[in-house]
Parts: sequence; structure tokens; C-alpha cells
Amino acid sequence: MATDTVGRFERALSDLEVGFERVAAADASERIASILEAPAVGTELPYDGVSQPDGVTTEPTAAELAAAETGVTPASFGIAEYGTVAIESRPDGDEPVALYPDFHVAVVAASDVVPDLGAAFERLEGHLRGAKSLVFATGRSATADMGDLVHGVHGPGAVHVIVLEDR
Amino acid sequence: MAERANSHSDPHASRTQPRTRDRDREEAAARIRHLLETEGEAVHAQASVSNVRRAQVYEETDDLEELRTKARAIKEDAIERLPELIETVREAVEANGGTVYVAEDAADANEYVANVVEDAGGESAGGTTEATSDATDATGASGPTVVKSKSMTTEEIDLNDTLEREGADVYETDLGEWVLQVADDTPSHIVGPAMHLSRAEIADLFTERFDPDEPFETAEELTRFARDYLGERIREADIGITGANFVVAESGTLTLITNEGNARKCAVTPDTHVTVAGVEKLLPTVRDLEPFVDLIAKSATGQPISQYVTLLTPPVESPTLDFASDEPIAELEDEDEDGDDREFHLVLLDNGRTAMREDDQLRETLYCIRCGACSNSCANFQSVGGHGFGGETYSGGIATGWEAGVHGQDSAAEFNDLCTGCSRCVDACPVKIDIPWINTVVRDRINRDAEPEAYDALVDGLTPNAETGGLDPGKRFFGNIGTVAKLGSATAPVSNWLADAGPVRDLLERTLGIDRRRDLPTFQRECLVDWFEKRGGEAASRRRADRAASRGDAADVDREAVLYPDVYTNYVDTDRGKAAVRTLEALGIPVRVPDLPESGRAPLSQGMVATADERASALYGAVAEDLDAGRDLVVIEPSDLAAFQREYERFLPERSFERLREHSYEVCEYVYGLLENGGDPTALSTSAALAESDDRGDRGDPIAYHSHCQQRTLGLEAPTTALLERCGYELRTSTAECCGMAGSFGYKREYYELSVDVGERLATEFEDAETVVASGTSCGDQLEGLLERDVPHPIEMIAPER
Ligand code: SF4
Repeated sequence: MATDTVGRFERALSDLEVGFERVAAADASERIASILEAPAVGTELPYDGVSQPDGVTTEPTAAELAAAETGVTPASFGIAEYGTVAIESRPDGDEPVALYPDFHVAVVAASDVVPDLGAAFERLEGHLRGAKSLVFATGRSATADMGDLVHGVHGPGAVHVIVLEDR
Repeated sequence: MAERANSHSDPHASRTQPRTRDRDREEAAARIRHLLETEGEAVHAQASVSNVRRAQVYEETDDLEELRTKARAIKEDAIERLPELIETVREAVEANGGTVYVAEDAADANEYVANVVEDAGGESAGGTTEATSDATDATGASGPTVVKSKSMTTEEIDLNDTLEREGADVYETDLGEWVLQVADDTPSHIVGPAMHLSRAEIADLFTERFDPDEPFETAEELTRFARDYLGERIREADIGITGANFVVAESGTLTLITNEGNARKCAVTPDTHVTVAGVEKLLPTVRDLEPFVDLIAKSATGQPISQYVTLLTPPVESPTLDFASDEPIAELEDEDEDGDDREFHLVLLDNGRTAMREDDQLRETLYCIRCGACSNSCANFQSVGGHGFGGETYSGGIATGWEAGVHGQDSAAEFNDLCTGCSRCVDACPVKIDIPWINTVVRDRINRDAEPEAYDALVDGLTPNAETGGLDPGKRFFGNIGTVAKLGSATAPVSNWLADAGPVRDLLERTLGIDRRRDLPTFQRECLVDWFEKRGGEAASRRRADRAASRGDAADVDREAVLYPDVYTNYVDTDRGKAAVRTLEALGIPVRVPDLPESGRAPLSQGMVATADERASALYGAVAEDLDAGRDLVVIEPSDLAAFQREYERFLPERSFERLREHSYEVCEYVYGLLENGGDPTALSTSAALAESDDRGDRGDPIAYHSHCQQRTLGLEAPTTALLERCGYELRTSTAECCGMAGSFGYKREYYELSVDVGERLATEFEDAETVVASGTSCGDQLEGLLERDVPHPIEMIAPER
């Protein structure tokens, strides 16, 4: 069942023109390193056996954040139905790291991909009641306000999702 | 409401008024003409696409009705419990470390926010000197820098003006809002505020204003420039101001829905965040958000979900970003408690909303989630945009409710007439607001507050006692069109010659505002009811139906029909009435055509609610016996059927309403039902293809069909298309939402050009069609005028010859 859900997640992401790959936790760091555009910043990846690669500056300063091309963050969960990743506002800065650079790489555990909005709200309830904040990010930042559809306005113009198949 | 009628005592005023009203109409026409020319095209391009996408995504969403019903119920409950929810959210936000301020009106809210901004500016000047001097360089001023994400509520209170007066530098960061700020313009749409400006216009504006090395050209270039320019403003900002799409009372969570990502940045980059939201944005629980998050992007733009649904429970744990510091942004263990370096203010705006909540008619407006679907689905809106179809702040169908509630009736009166009651927005609204009804009620209130004028004597005989005050004579004329038609028919053809005469048209235009470019209806000397009686009435009809049965053509049902002789069918377009009678008889149904009262549709369109209410009671009284006898009420004119099936709910006791609704049918729906129950289509005048080949191998005659707006809202377009196809026609249907005529609307001098603009879009779809049919009188009239050919009712295509 989980496979189906991840498959659905993949299809939704592909409709959104968002990159997608499944990797084993052991290979994640290497995969992240190979796709990022330097300079890159990131926050701690809270998955067993997964860490940010060397090319990613963790605990960046605001200037490093502003200069970064890539931001790598974990996603608390994914929503298969819409191809959404939920990014939590943690003190180490997931929200700005996912938002400021033009390329956002989101890492999510396969077991955290939920089928639909209803299931997402079950998780959300706990988060928000605990006074947490998060964003459901779906696809790339976009606007048609300048007379035509353009991607990458205030948020990232490119997004890539890495699913940890054994987490 | 009614006492106001006597408040006008200046006789001079009433003498000069007719000329004023005539001039008002001329000015209104000029204003609309200007908007059609300058903004209509750009608005139509975007609004109509959003509308089509919305319809598609609705179609693809299996549980759409369930979601809408749920959303509606949640809103009803939330508004009911509003005072309690305000207290709940206050506790939640304060427990989280933020502040809640309930502002009574615009001035109150502005003053509060201005103080917060002043404090935040002061702090930042003391704290990070470097950042402040940066700001000074960039802006040439030393006040605090405010970055904002899009918020109609702050437009409502003109917050930017206040803050700028107090010395702050305010930047809108939503690209559409920023374009307006640069252009010194106002929103023309509640979701796409700069919709009325084309890319080329924006490029010219920006090139002139920012003087780039190369003139701006593409949307890509403009967007990149905006991103960089506004990115810098956000980085140096002292304070971020956002609106909120929803506020969850139990947790103090704000929901911000954007596609650009600017609201996220504005909310978390500076250390002070102010949210200004109407009190109606409160929802009880986190779980209550779900249907709204699911619906709002679908209804607004046809996207399955918006790019960013931000759920902030401020003060948030995200670190603040100080771009002048070289410390890591992360706030790790040794730092203060989470969120302690942040300040958060939730300003809940009343500004008339409590009074709206207590107003039985306006309360529904508070359920609105401001998705703009009612604007997008509205043919008139698509043509003129929100600068025409809008008040001080809000635009589109629901703006009548919002403007009447927050800015007062005068602001609503400016544009309320642009709602023709076509009801296409009713299916579009995610919270099922009866938007046309709100428009009708507010129109009624505006009518009652107006001053009577000298020309009233002309139509005085038409005014039933139910309407008081200075109702516009044009409105009274159209609201009582049944009486006019009866007179016209009784005196035809003299009335027709007279009506065509130049001096008469001139008088009609000046006094009643009937545009002289519009063909007037031609009254028939013999009305449908008289024709039916002469032909032998009910007894003859029964004989004909029996003959059909003995031929084996009849449907396998034992029914009798009362054909409703609406004003137009009875006095003007008797042919479609005769066609309906013959069709029903040919399928074995005996028919009666009694002289029945008007439905009340005409006065409803003019906002004459009390008159409509009286008509509803009279009509129900007149058909009650037929309903008791088990007869079906068959209706040709969709707008009358819509009155029986929608508006009558507000006028009749529930049981009467249900009874009438259950037993009234649109004529093609009824005939299709007869065919489905064994009626023989060859007894009708079917397309050659059906007649010639049973296997339908040949294609039938092509027909272009425009259903009627209110018929579509009743879900009754499909039976007509099915019927025509069943009768062998090859069908093409229109995509335009409305014909633009809408009863009296297209006759009115101030709206003639708008009506034609809307109608032309429909006409263009059908230009090359050989045969065009339409279900509504108005649609037929409009298409006949624009296409210069006959446009019959579908029933006339299938009715047997004799
Ligand atoms: S009235 Fe309904 S359709 Fe119109 S903006 Fe409000 S929620 Fe949307």
C-alpha cells in the first residue's frame, strides 16, 4: 500500500514538473550532493543514517542563505494526492532554507507519505495544537501577475523531492 | 425600511431630478463604455480562463458537493459562535505569546497598526544600526520599512495610506498588488488585483518608473526584476504585515494561501508580524480548515491546491533573519525560548461585520472566503472588471454584500445593478452563498431609500402598494412588465406601431431609460391563453392526447399538464407556447393553459422583493388546485421556473415551496421524460436523419444551442441537449455563461453596450451555425438582434406541424 501511495506521490510531482527520486537512506547523502547547485545551505536531516553532504552549509548565516542557490530540508510528510511536501518551521531554519534559494531539495521518508489531505490533517492537528507552524508546499513558486505564467517568484523556481524508501 | 419614503420634502429637488437621472444614465453608460474599451479585454482573458479551469476541476472532484456542504456548515456554525470564537482565539494567541486586538472600525485598526509599526521601527533603529542605514540608502527615507502580502482587508481600511502618512515605507510584495502600488491604481479583482492591466502596459509602466538599461518586455523579465527589488525590501524590513485566509481559534493558527511565496517571507523574515483579518475569518478547529484548504484554490483559479498553504502559529519558531549579522540564523539550544525574539499582533477587524451578522439578509456574506469565483463566472464582470462591477474595495457579485456591510449602501448602489441575477455564480461559490439573492435584497433597500421623482406619474398605475419610496420609473416599468404586456397585446398592432415611432422611443429613453437601439418586443393581438380557448380549450386538448394514445405514440404515463403562460410566451412569443401544447398532446398529455399570475421574476430583477413575494403567493394560490389534482406545471421560460424552484423558497411556506418545486418542470425536461417513458419521437418533428434511418448512421441536422443561465444553475441544460439529440439533431452548445440580455438589463440605456459586448461573445460562437436555438426569451432576443436571424425555442424544433 505504501508503494502505491509513493507511486501516486510520484505521478502528482511529475504533473507539477517537480523532480523525484527514491533512494536508500545509505545513498541519500551522495544523491543530494550530486544534484545540488552550489552554493547550498541546509538543515539537519532527522533520519537514521542520513546526513547533509559536505557541499551543504548547515547553520548558515543570513548572508549565506541569501547567496545560496540550493536549500536542502527535510519534509515532515508528503501528501500523495497533490504532490505536496509539508515543511515545518523549526528553530534551525527549515522555512527560510526551503524558501529563499531558487532550488529546493526536500527529503521525505517513504513512511511519511500520506495518501490524501484527510490523512495530512490527522498529522497536522497534532502539530498545530502544539503551537507549531508549517507550510504545505506544492510545486514551484508561480505568478501570472506580470501578464504571463512565470515560475520562481519569491519562492523556489525548481523543486526536487527525494523519498527515502527504507525510512 | 419603509419610513424613509417621506423624508424628501424639497419640491425643487424632485423637479430637477428627472434630468439628473437621465444624465446619470448617460454618465454610467460612458463609464462602462470606457471600461469596455480599456480594461475589459485583459480582465476577460484571465477571468474567463479561471472560470473554465474552475469548472473543470470541480467536474473532476468526486466529493465536491460534500466539500461545499461541509464548508458551508462550518461557516454557518463559526459565524453563529463568533463572539465565543473571538475569546477562544484571544486565549490561544496570548498563550502562544502574541497579542490580539479587536478593532471596531477602520480608524481603530489603522491606529493600532500604526503604533506597532512605529514601535518596531524605533526598536530596529536602536538595535541594528547597519540595517537601518541600508534602508535609508535604498529608500531615501528613514521611517520603518513595512512589507506586506496581499490583503483585501487592509485595502478595505486603506492601511497603506495611514502608515505612509505616519512616515513608514510600505511595500506590497504580491506582484499584482505591487504593480497597483507603482501604478497608483486600485484592485480590479479580489484575487488577481491587477488583472485589468496587460503585460505590455505593465512593461511600459515599469520601464518608465524604474528606468532599466533595456526596456522591460517579457513577463519573465518583469518578474525577475520584481523578485530582486522586493527581495531587498523584505530583507531590510522592520515589520511584515499579512492578511489571513483563515484563522483557527483553538490554536491561534493563521492560514495564508499564496502561489508566489511572498506571504511566507513577509511573515517570517522581520521580527515583527502583524496580521489584519476580518473577524469572519475565524474557524473553530484545525480540522475545520480541511474542506477550505481543499476548495479554495479550486474555486479561485482551478488549481487542485495552491502552491503554498502556510499554517502559522505565531510567534513562529523559525529564526528571524538579520541580514546584517554574521551569526548563524539557527536558534539552537543556548538561545532564548522558541519564538521569544518575535512579536506578533493579530488585529481582528469588525468594521460593520457584527452588524452584518445580525442582519438576516447580509449574514451570508460573512461566509465568503473571497475566492473570486463569483467574479470569474460572471459575464458582466468579465466584460468590465472590478472597476465597473465593484465598490470602494470589493468587486464581483458578492461585493454588494461586502460593500453594503463595511462601507455602506451607497458604495453598493454604485454597481449593484450590474448583477442581472443570472445565478451562474451560485454553482461556482464554494460555500454556496446565494449571491443573486443578496444583490436583490440590497437593490430593494436601495430602491426604498431613493427619492421619488416627477416622471413617476407615468408609471404610477403600475406600482403595487407593496413598493414604496422613489423606485426608479424604469425599474417599476420592467418590474411590472406583465401589465405592460397585457396592455400592449390588447392594443396591438397600434401599440407596436406606436412603440416604433421615433418620438415615442425618445420619450421611453428619457423617462424609462429604454435604449432606442434595442428592438422592442412585438405584442401579439391574440395571446396564448385566448388561442388555446378558441381552439377548444382543455376538452379539445384531451381529445388530441387521446388520439395520440390510440396511435401508440403516447408515453406510458398517466399525467396531465398545466402549461404556464409566462408573460412573453403569452403576449409576445406565442409560437413557442403553441409548439409546447402540440408537443405535449402528440405524446399523449392533455394540456390546460389557464390565465395564471406572473411569477414575480420581473419585479425580483428590479429588486422589488415585496411585489415578488405577493406574486409568489398569488401564483401558488392559483395553481394549488391543479397540484392537488396531480397535474404537472410545465414551464417554458427558464427564469420563471428558476423563481418557482429557487427564490420561492424565501416566499412560500416550506411545504408549498416543496410541492411546487417537485411538480414544476422545464418543458424540454418534461418532454424528454415522456420519451424516456415510451413516448414515440417520430410523433414529433425530428431531424431528417432520425426519420430516414433507424440506426442513426447518418448525421443529423446540426443545431447550435444556447441554454439559459438560470436553467444551467438548475442543472437543466442536459435534458434539452439530450432531447434534441434524441430527436436526431447534431448538437453544439455554447460555452458563454450568459447572453448578456438578462430580461430588462439589455434594454436599459446605461447597460446597452455592456449587454451587447457580452452578447457578442456568445454570438461569435454561433456565427457560422445554420440553426441556432435558445431556451430563454432574453437569449433569443439578444441572439436574434446580433445574428440577424430567427432564434426559436428548442421546443419549436421538435413540435409536430399541427
Ligand atoms: S461569494 Fe463565494 S464565489 Fe464569491 S468570492 Fe465569496 S466564496 Fe468566492
